[in-house]
Amino acid sequence: MRVAVVRFPGSNCDQDALHSLRDDLGIAADYAWHEDRDLSGFDAVFLPGGFSYGDYLRCGAIASRAPILDEVRRFAREGRPVIGVCNGFQVLCEAGLLPGALMRNLSEKFVCKTVWLQAGNRTSLWMRGVPDRPISIPIAHGEGRYLCDQDTLKRLQDDDRVAFRYVDREGRRTPEANPNGSIDDIAGILNEGGNVLGMMPHPERATSELLGGTDGRTILSALSAVRA
Amino acid sequence: MTTVRVTVTLKPSLLDSAGRTVAGSLVKLGFDEVKDVRIGKVIRLQLETYDEARVRAMCDKLLANPVIEDYTIEVEP
Repeated sequence: MRVAVVRFPGSNCDQDALHSLRDDLGIAADYAWHEDRDLSGFDAVFLPGGFSYGDYLRCGAIASRAPILDEVRRFAREGRPVIGVCNGFQVLCEAGLLPGALMRNLSEKFVCKTVWLQAGNRTSLWMRGVPDRPISIPIAHGEGRYLCDQDTLKRLQDDDRVAFRYVDREGRRTPEANPNGSIDDIAGILNEGGNVLGMMPHPERATSELLGGTDGRTILSALSAVRA
Repeated sequence: MTTVRVTVTLKPSLLDSAGRTVAGSLVKLGFDEVKDVRIGKVIRLQLETYDEARVRAMCDKLLANPVIEDYTIEVEP
């Protein structure tokens, strides 16, 4: 397993992602550049957080039209693992690889704190290692309010494609536990195949005790379970 | 050369949280008549040749996100 951490101009969680994968999880990972057109030699894609292209036009809009996205689409189609975190989630939505959109937080504030998440889906390759208890993962975003129309929401629910919901420490869904006003308390969703995961919280910031927690490992360790 | 103005706005059914904040600020400044504010984007394109279908394609492919936004196209005099 070798993971491509894609760098766009303005990515700023790319080094965190690479460090987390390599040093905390022992997974082979290297950077890929947004203008690359060939990801052969890689088995999975990590779209990191940041402010790709300065968030110009809309978050993730320009990045989602970058040359490397053709390869990311191929990975998605072939059932390979693809994860987009924060700005990476926005890129996946803008690219049409995941439904819906991410809008400005209801509070109009950038929110940087640790939240609790409850896993929804239990069968996706990304979700098999995630425990039933709430997990603790940091968020840092100004535009993380997930939104989609009612038909899409119903499809996500019926097809078991909600990966994570914001909850409190005891696993209860409360207005206070939802940091941005996301519909249905959604923090992350999956594509139809379950191999593409988009989420606003940062699992790569929670893979080491030294940095405050290791619950992120329960998600990212999925990559070590996948054989090339 | 043709100048085309594309106006991108959030769909009316969606909450515009930035607009709501601006509305609140205007009311605080004494403009009590303000009941709602919606914020959009104006994108001005300088085009060598104008073909509305192509500008529409630009909007659909990049300038607007059909999930959350509507757009209008006007040719500037």
